[in-house]
Order: sequence, then structure tokens, then C-alpha cells
Amino acid sequence: MKNISDIRSDFPLLSRKVYDKPLVYFDNGATTQKPQCVIDAFNEVFTEYNANIHRGVHALSDRASEEYEKAREKVRSFINAGSREEVIFTSGTTGSINTVAFSFGERFINTGDEIIISHLEHHANIVPWQMMCDRKGAILKVIPINDRGEILFDEYLKLLNNRTKIVAVTQVSNALGTILPVKEIIKAAHSMNIPVMVDGAQGIQHGAIDVAAMDCDFYVFSGHKIYAPTGIGVLYGKTKWLSDLPPYQGGGDMVANVTFEKTTYNELPFKFEAGTMNFPGAIGLGVAIDYILSLGLEDIEKREKELLVYATERISGIKEVKIYGNTDRKISIISFLINNIHQYDAGMVLDKLGIAVRTGTHCAQPVMDRFGIDGTIRASMCFYNTTEEIDLLGTGIEKVIKMFAK
Amino acid sequence: MTVNKVQDTIIEEFSVFEDWMDKYNLLIDFGKDLPVIDPKFKVKDYLIEGCQSKVWLYPELRDNKIKFSADSDAIITRGIVSLLIKVLSDRTPDEIISSDLYFIDRIGLRQNLSPTRSNGLLSMVRQMKLYAMAYKAKDKSKK
Repeated sequence: MKNISDIRSDFPLLSRKVYDKPLVYFDNGATTQKPQCVIDAFNEVFTEYNANIHRGVHALSDRASEEYEKAREKVRSFINAGSREEVIFTSGTTGSINTVAFSFGERFINTGDEIIISHLEHHANIVPWQMMCDRKGAILKVIPINDRGEILFDEYLKLLNNRTKIVAVTQVSNALGTILPVKEIIKAAHSMNIPVMVDGAQGIQHGAIDVAAMDCDFYVFSGHKIYAPTGIGVLYGKTKWLSDLPPYQGGGDMVANVTFEKTTYNELPFKFEAGTMNFPGAIGLGVAIDYILSLGLEDIEKREKELLVYATERISGIKEVKIYGNTDRKISIISFLINNIHQYDAGMVLDKLGIAVRTGTHCAQPVMDRFGIDGTIRASMCFYNTTEEIDLLGTGIEKVIKMFAK
Repeated sequence: MTVNKVQDTIIEEFSVFEDWMDKYNLLIDFGKDLPVIDPKFKVKDYLIEGCQSKVWLYPELRDNKIKFSADSDAIITRGIVSLLIKVLSDRTPDEIISSDLYFIDRIGLRQNLSPTRSNGLLSMVRQMKLYAMAYKAKDKSKK
């Protein structure tokens, strides 16, 4: 792997200062910073070949369409999907989940059917299913978790029954960092012919993803969490499902033939790509994927594990700190509270020290309710972070304690 | 003291400090003077929901003046509310409605107190003005 200072210099934003202090960016769970190559690619679209894709006969449109489809192929190969038809571009994880919840619901869900999610879900993997349940008279079932922030697998097995129509779980908890045993979850569901959607928003950026090996039926993620621009996401689905589901949105490009009497839909993947797609975003995503592949996925995983170990030791060494989410299988996220100091107060002071963390419920209120708290402070790290930055966070926390302990 | 006189005093007190840490400490100290809301009013009806911390605000009309009491679960937010109360409590509805709160911009904590930080500052001010308008409307209908 490249050395850390070379990696950091790939990300122009990391060298900026806030309040005259070097930025310590620990909010990667919310969004990641972009390497120069992604910024350049975005720039290149608009300076060299911006034109609407799949429509024009002219050179620019051809080039844009070609780059867009190249990006699709990069995503396909990155997640090891079987074919490009299985890779749908969306606006992000939320857009992808809404597509699955709506289209799957329309086709397969009836009154009294059940959908299983976990207690660790982000609101984006709760609300679309609730909306669908309301529409269809279906019931949402929730896999409970223990005090370490792990799902109770036996309870999950008990929830599975012949009314269960789909299981939708996150690969990694955004609030606590817990890695869920998705492979086992999928295996159990498949033994009863129940499909599984995996929310990869927090899973895609920390190591190799192989949807074929995982055997999930749907996998969704956002570009901006994997060093690509915002507003682009992916919905992977097995062909057998995608070809069976009705489209989510109607519009241009998703149709084969339109008359006022009847419209026939375009083939996959276009059936699910209505309107002008975010092709600059998709192209940026392709470049981001090239970038992290060039760093090496195994090295990224190894580095982030080292950061997690270092941070856990440093932060839990402060006796006033309580870490939420203590499983052995977690990504480089530390979610914590400092004694009785409000997370907002702590976040405000850390901010002034140049340290960007997330405070609040992390769009996962049920997780907070489970632990009887209003929120946490979350430091989410990735490969471009350093142990020096973790030390700065440690010193920052100590400063917070001094300030509010009076 | 007029609304603006109080604002000017606050601005002066903050102007002594350059360092953000001292400003936060001053804010924390202000929070200690907050007229604390009666625990029985610490209920949903009086909760102003900001994204990051909880604020309860209770109005009381006495001699045509509105007295506010409040609390927050975050210390910095408590400081912010206490400043608002210093400026706007014990005022007539008209004074509150017509007030222009320029001190927020001027005490050098602008980024932290701006509505984009979702600390509910804007909702607090809005709620105080809404109470004032409600009392005024009630008063009019009586006459």
C-alpha cells in the first residue's frame, strides 16, 4: 500500500484547516472525502463530453453513454455481479431501498405478510418498508439486539416463517459499527425460499464485496460513502428478481414503446433507470472504485482494523468514556458518550479543535432507544486517517471533560 | 432596560474574549443564571425540538408581560437559551414581536448559533415570538 502521506495527499480537502487547526475528519460514516482523480473525472465530464446519455446520435452523447456503461461494468466487477443487467444506478442507498420496497411490495406483498429487518437499521432501511407495510397491510418484524450491539441470531430464526416475504438487513450498523452475519442470515432465509436485501451503505467501503458469494438477492449502496460523488448509488439485484419486478418510476429511457394505450418497458437495467441518470456521478463512482482497487482492498481492511484497535484502546482508556457497540466484529467506528456530558456539547467543543465527528442519533433512533440514550458521539475512521489524529481526538475528549466537569 | 440595551450589554461581555474557549465558558456561565422551568412543564407540549438537544420553554403572562423559563439537556444550549431569555423575558408581547435580535451575529459565535447548526436557536426565537403573538391576539379578543 502507498504510504499514508501519499494517500492523504490524494485527498485535497484533508490538508485544509478549520479554525486555524488542521482538520481531523472522523465523519467518514456520513460521507467520505474525494480523491483528486474523482474530482478530475467529474470535471472532465463537464469540460469535455457532457451530453445526455443513451439518446443522442452525436459524438458527445456517444462518449458520455460509453463512459456511463463503463462505470456500470466497473461496479459489476467490483461487487462480482453476474451481469451488467443486474447493476442499476440510483440516487443512493435510500433511492435503492425505496425501489426494492416499492417494486417488491407491489409484486409480492399481500395483507398479513411479514418483512424482517433488524434493530440496527438506519432509518432508510426502516421507513420505506413501513410505508410499504402501510400500503399493503403487511407487518414489520424486527430482529432484536443484545447489549454489545449484536443481533440475536436465534431470535431471527424464530421470526422466519411462511408469512415472511423478504428480509432486509444492514451489512454494518452505521450507529455502532457492528458487522452483521449477513451470509448466515441469507442462508437461513434461503432455506425457506425467502429473498434477502442487504444494505451495504456502511459495508461497501471497508473491504471486498462479493454478491455472488454472499448470495444476497439485492445489495444496495451509495457512491458518496466510497469516495465517489453524492447523488449516485447502486441497486444490485439478481436477474430473476429484477425481471419480475415492476418498475419504480416511469419516464424516459425506461420504456421500449409508448402509446397512450399501452407502454412496454425497456430491458434491464434500463427498466429501473427512469429519466436522465446522474451519469457524471456514475462515472465518478467508477473512478473511485479504480482508486480504492489501486490501494488494495485487503490493505484498506488491514489499515482500518489497526486504526480501530488503536482508537478503541486510546478512547476506552479515558475512564469517563463509555463505548456503545462492543462486538469483536465491527468496522472502524467508535460510538461513545462521555459521562453525563451531552453529545452536542462535546461535539461543539471538538469541532472548535478541528475535529469533525457526528453527534446525535445517526438516523438510527431505535438503536439509541435500545440503549436508553438520546444519541452518541461517533468517530468513523477510514484508511486515510492516522493514529496521530486519534491522539488528537483523545486529547480533545480530555479537554471536553475538563470544560464540562466544573 | 430596553431589548437593545440588553443586547448591547451581552455583546460587550462577549467582546472581552478572543478565544472561543473563553466564549463557550462565558456561555456556560450564563446558562447557570437561566430561570429554570418548573419540572412539571418539562413535557412534550413545551418541548422545542431541535435536532441535537432538547429545549423546554414555558411562557407565563403577568401584568401584560411574558416571563419565560426554560431548560435544556445540553449545557451550551442552556447558555444560548439563557441569553434569549435575558433579552426577551419580562417584555410585553409587542416588544417581543418587534425585536430584532442582532446580538446573535455580534457575539462572535455566529457559526455555532446559526440555524444551520440545527441547535434549534431559530425555533426558540420563533416559539418565543409565537407565544407573544398568541397572547396579543387573546388580549385583543378580550377587549
